[in-house]
Amino acid sequence: MSAPKANPVNVTPAPAGAPPRGGVPAPVDDELQVVTAARAGDVSAFETLVNRYERKIFRLGMNITGSREDAEDVMQEAFLKAYEHLPEFEGNSRFYTWLVRIAVNQALMKLRKRRPNQVSLDEEIETGDDSFFRDVEDWGPSPAERYEQTQLHDILNEAISELDPSFRIVFQLRDIEEMSTEETADVLHLSVPAVKSRLLRARLKLRQKLNRYFRRSETP
Amino acid sequence: MKCTNLIEELSGYLDGALSAALRAELEEHLAKCKKCRIVVDTCKKTIDIYCNAEPVPLPEDTRSRLHSALREKLQQRRA
Repeated sequence: MSAPKANPVNVTPAPAGAPPRGGVPAPVDDELQVVTAARAGDVSAFETLVNRYERKIFRLGMNITGSREDAEDVMQEAFLKAYEHLPEFEGNSRFYTWLVRIAVNQALMKLRKRRPNQVSLDEEIETGDDSFFRDVEDWGPSPAERYEQTQLHDILNEAISELDPSFRIVFQLRDIEEMSTEETADVLHLSVPAVKSRLLRARLKLRQKLNRYFRRSETP
Repeated sequence: MKCTNLIEELSGYLDGALSAALRAELEEHLAKCKKCRIVVDTCKKTIDIYCNAEPVPLPEDTRSRLHSALREKLQQRRA
């Protein structure tokens, strides 16, 4: 499999005063220089990129495959492939976006290998379900602050791992990696309406799953 | 607008992608419907919690295997 072609990406700046988001690494000023050095064969420059993004790529692998072992393989294969194909990286997108595309392809291959008959990204998703109005309860102003960091990570991992892969992959790309709907559709070979439909279902189902931990009446 | 219509437009509303007219219609419904207000608020918090969560550090053995594999690859490249 070859690495994906880097596509131009429209980056919409966050509104002034918006809190930093943990999902997508903030653009790092020296990234272009580091990538240029890595392309020229500077091994320590490539290591800088690995150190910068390894945690996020591992989390992406975990959230898509739902397995620590597979996530480790995905991360290794993604970085090795990125290194191998670095001369083809044209710099039209951020390096991280290019790396995410490679990692998603690796993760999807893992998933299909493990569950060949169960993973279909293009199957029809049921709509018209009104179960989303079950468990409607206020969470209060800062639900996440009620938990220790490690506990919160466990809750988030558990909730996302319970989603159907076709939902959690779209949620990962659209909401955590902040890819556009079109970009997500392109990476997953889905139509734009299919991405929108899956994203809505993913958000609503995750909300429901987190409700049991974050509702105001819940005391950790 | 009914609650089910609001759910259909929820993602567009959260992403700021609705037309002004549809947005106004949706907000009119939200002003009257507590259940939908809670769904919108908790859905927004769900997205924010995931987006703002920093990934955990890699386990040391996982990190060590990654860097060994990369070093091996780089050595093969040089050879």
